[in-house]
Amino acid sequence: MTDAGPIILTLGLAAVTTVVLLLLGTPLAWWLAHTRSRAKPIIEAVTALPLVLPPTVLGFYLLLLFSPNSPLGGFWLTVTGSTLAFSFIGLVIASTIYSLPFMVQPLQTAFEAVGRAPLEAAATLGATPRDAFFSVATPMALRGFLTACVLTFAHTVGEFGVVLMVGGNIPGRTKVISIAVYEHVETLNYAEAHVLAGGLLVFSFVVLVTVYALNRKAPINVG
Amino acid sequence: MSDKPVLSFKFRLRHPGFELALAHDMALAGITALFGHSGSGKTTALRVLAGLEKGADGWVSYDGEPWQTPAHENVFVPPHARAIGYVFQDARLFPHLSVKGNLDFAAKRASLRDNGTDFETVVGRLDLEELLTRRPDSLSGGERQRVAVARALLTKPRLMLMDEPMSALDSRRKAEILPYIAKLPEAFGVPVIYVTHSVDEVASLADTMIVLSKGRKVADGPVADTLARIDLGPTTGRFEAGVVLEATISSHDVEYHLTSLDIAGTKFTLPLINASPGTNVRLRVRARDVTLATEKPVSTSSRNIMEGHVVEIIEEPDTPFAETLVEIPGGRLRARITRRSTAELGLKPGTKVFAQVKSTSLTGGAIIER
Repeated sequence: MTDAGPIILTLGLAAVTTVVLLLLGTPLAWWLAHTRSRAKPIIEAVTALPLVLPPTVLGFYLLLLFSPNSPLGGFWLTVTGSTLAFSFIGLVIASTIYSLPFMVQPLQTAFEAVGRAPLEAAATLGATPRDAFFSVATPMALRGFLTACVLTFAHTVGEFGVVLMVGGNIPGRTKVISIAVYEHVETLNYAEAHVLAGGLLVFSFVVLVTVYALNRKAPINVG
Repeated sequence: MSDKPVLSFKFRLRHPGFELALAHDMALAGITALFGHSGSGKTTALRVLAGLEKGADGWVSYDGEPWQTPAHENVFVPPHARAIGYVFQDARLFPHLSVKGNLDFAAKRASLRDNGTDFETVVGRLDLEELLTRRPDSLSGGERQRVAVARALLTKPRLMLMDEPMSALDSRRKAEILPYIAKLPEAFGVPVIYVTHSVDEVASLADTMIVLSKGRKVADGPVADTLARIDLGPTTGRFEAGVVLEATISSHDVEYHLTSLDIAGTKFTLPLINASPGTNVRLRVRARDVTLATEKPVSTSSRNIMEGHVVEIIEEPDTPFAETLVEIPGGRLRARITRRSTAELGLKPGTKVFAQVKSTSLTGGAIIER
């Protein structure tokens, strides 16, 4: 199997991106769901930008940001001795930004559906805001969390343009499935392309069925 | 009890198009009704006491403990640190937890104060044994509120705040949950502040009441006195207006299905009620069910005739009606009669009158066991 590398790399990238986004996206979604700040539409727009921008635009700016001449890229080079561009970490950062709306939007919707009422009830029952978040908001928004994670994972698996721009095609480091498919097609290696493309198609279909099935199932009970 | 906890507050809260400004000090005992129409600010006031309205500026203290001081003094005890139990209008049970899960949620976070409010006692008192494994969405409205009351009690509160817990229930469910609420202060040693717009509920449950209108306090005092105040007519509602009389059951007449009550020496008859002689009850008499006569009526179907004298008459301009307050032994009655009647009978303060109350008006929610 010459193609195990891209598959493992892709799944690893998607898993790491999902975890990172879960940690970053949850507070952001919580803030968006509860804030009365006037900055809310601006932050919402920024969050949704990756949905509408061509991946090449996003990739272009990220490439500039990762360059050793930029503050971030320069800092990274001095600390780690390698560049951010064309590295796995660089791909994680790019994927995190690229998949941000897929984590934040389902979570925000879920938190808005929970609303303030159960949190107020939790407070009057002696729960601190942190306690109420974990013991009431999270279980009540559990389906939102599942949807957000599944979509983020799947969307990261399916990205192409951004990876091509900031990651290139380095086996074992940045050569993910979509890039491998592209390469196979370019070199007229259709048999290999079929394996990866078909696999991705089935995977994406299963994921979407899972999400829609989750969305119509009765409320998730955890107690 | 000499050590009744004192609740005092003085605060101001602005919402667009509405301002709530309240100040009050009181030693709490039993059930205190916070009464007013929708838009009077009563629910918002309760939320301020609980710490749920961050925009309120002023003081709130309970039992010597400051819960909130004006913004520049920077004391604000968050809701989770106030020793309150709060029952919301819509119960707000956690849908992801069973009934037991909801109760455990509160019990686990209860303050360490031991007031004998253990899990079994609360569950037993509110008859929840059968419901413990159920999910909130499978409960009836009345059951849900009973669970909500139990859940609030399990936080071992020093003050219970209840926001119209019965407003979403039909009259049968109300009758079902009312006794549980009435017994809270005695059974769990906790004073209750009860928000409602229903005169019936005030008369049934409360000992003291605060009347709110348009974000201001317009009256406060014992329920019987406050409900008898004619000048509060527009606030307490004319149709529902009436008084509350304290009475004792003296005997039952099984053949005619009647019960006799004693109100400070006056006999009062009403349809048979299910309580033994000697029981103290509260009787709610609506102004619209009282008629007045200047001579003792004979050959009347009315069982209940009481002698008294007119204290005050307020004629309502542009209506046919006049509200008349009559002093009787053991209390006061309000009578809603026509202005023409007051003229024809020559009623004025001091006039001796005979007040009649139809027995059939004294049913259901009009009688409350104390």
